[in-house]
Amino acid sequence: MAHLTATPVLEPNQDRTMILNMGPQHPSTHGVLRVLLEIDGETVVRIMPDIGFLHTGIEKTCEAKFYQQVVPLTDRIDYLCPMTNNLCYVLAVEKLLGLQIPPKAQWMRVLMNELTRINSHLVWLGTHAMDIGALTVFLYCFREREEILKLFEAVSGQRMMTSYFRIGGISLEPPLDFFDRVRHFASYFPQKIDEYENLLTGNPIWMMRTKGVARITAEDAIALGASGPTLRGSGVDIDLRRDMPYSGYENFKFKVPVKQEGDVFARYMCRVAELRESIGIVKQALEGMPEGPIKADAPGIVLPDREKMKTQMEALIYHFKIITEGFAVPPGEVYQAVESPRGEMGYYVVSDGTAKPYRVHMRAACLANLQTLPTMCEGGLIADVVAAIGSIDIVLGEIDR
Amino acid sequence: MPVTPAITDLEQLKAHPAVARLLAWNPASVTGAKFDRDEISIHVDRPFIREACAILRDDPTCALNYLSDLTCVDWFPAEPRFEVIYHLLSIPKKERVRLKVKLDGVSPVVESVTSVWPGANYFEREVFDLFGIRFSGHPYLVRLLMPEDWEGHPLRKDYPVEGYR
Repeated sequence: MAHLTATPVLEPNQDRTMILNMGPQHPSTHGVLRVLLEIDGETVVRIMPDIGFLHTGIEKTCEAKFYQQVVPLTDRIDYLCPMTNNLCYVLAVEKLLGLQIPPKAQWMRVLMNELTRINSHLVWLGTHAMDIGALTVFLYCFREREEILKLFEAVSGQRMMTSYFRIGGISLEPPLDFFDRVRHFASYFPQKIDEYENLLTGNPIWMMRTKGVARITAEDAIALGASGPTLRGSGVDIDLRRDMPYSGYENFKFKVPVKQEGDVFARYMCRVAELRESIGIVKQALEGMPEGPIKADAPGIVLPDREKMKTQMEALIYHFKIITEGFAVPPGEVYQAVESPRGEMGYYVVSDGTAKPYRVHMRAACLANLQTLPTMCEGGLIADVVAAIGSIDIVLGEIDR
Repeated sequence: MPVTPAITDLEQLKAHPAVARLLAWNPASVTGAKFDRDEISIHVDRPFIREACAILRDDPTCALNYLSDLTCVDWFPAEPRFEVIYHLLSIPKKERVRLKVKLDGVSPVVESVTSVWPGANYFEREVFDLFGIRFSGHPYLVRLLMPEDWEGHPLRKDYPVEGYR
């Protein structure tokens, strides 16, 4: 595997090659990714990503917060799929606590999680197509994304930093017309996917820019730690929702799209197919949504209802205790992984028995996926670097944390 | 719901394929094991970690062919102070195994697993950056997230969360 080791230092090879700096403020790097390219004419000889411009020390901050105070921090890691991060963190803490979650909360989590996946994939599709030159798709995608953000706002009060999932359940009952609105969205969204595909899938320019570009084999993708559509586009059939189900995903029927080619087009096809599967899961969740409570029956851990606090002394005491001194979590360690839109999002939470986590580590799918960039791009053209960066769907907030 | 007690006795966990494989290879490599909350952790002695990873990756019954995550926990002021944590995933078997290596706080050095999984590159650089642990044999061990001229390692427990260092 000598060909996969990182290129240490880039030095111009006498007069043949030159070093080109791309980013960190380049529009196609989706944030603040800096890439150093050693180029020979238009051909990329070596490529080295440089990250860390968005490092905010979230893992360190988590160690100074109570367990429930970490939830809003998890939104800010991957700002395109906040609920997936919420879900991963609360599942990890619930596993540490041994807490049982009522079915309605689980189904709501699945429903919101799939809407988040659609939201994230729409941003990816729009920006990726815009990078390659298809500007129209961006406007179409953001039109549907706006509807999803309105749904998020209706259910949690926030468009992006939702913090909707809490330890022990979800924070609020959905408003009365919420399910009808989601049903309406789910009814017309498949035609919108057809619209995007009409613009791109058969488009000769799109195919020339994506087919056979930035290839990676299954062996290399596994060795480099790629996950999600980046791995499935190379023919590795793994999806944690199906293979290691969490939060009630075993109750849902969906297909896992896998493509064999390992190029930009294969990853594009995987994600577009995932959009259709996600909307199918949303429909199943709407049909089978159980009745019942949305929070676990754990008074010392879950905040009491507002009404009870005004009428019952115990509820007021529990509320005061949770807010001021948190709740103790039994010592132990847990690694919880979920399938985020970008791949395997993992939270490793260590508890030492106090009310603050001893260590919270986020396994960022993008960080590992970014390591595939040199393998994909070396030997290709500079223009294809943009296509490759778009196709691995990076979010710098998650990479740098 | 109470959490079921953890199993920490190595004798009871010998049936687990990953533990059995490592014990069959070199009994000195495994210093302990724990089964807690449906997750298995194996403590591997420091000199054996790279070979242990390679064996678990290539063994057909374990088939732990994917490095999910690599991170570290600082148990300051206890000694040995650092624990480097490897989360392995078997894509064919859909199983996870956690490996742990304990390192002392004076000169924490461990062998790099980049020769087993090239994807460990960024994870090891991140641990080096934030904990100051050196990975011998790593191709390019420099800071990943913090600025190059930064002093100190922020995720160490003796590094303050706020205020001046």
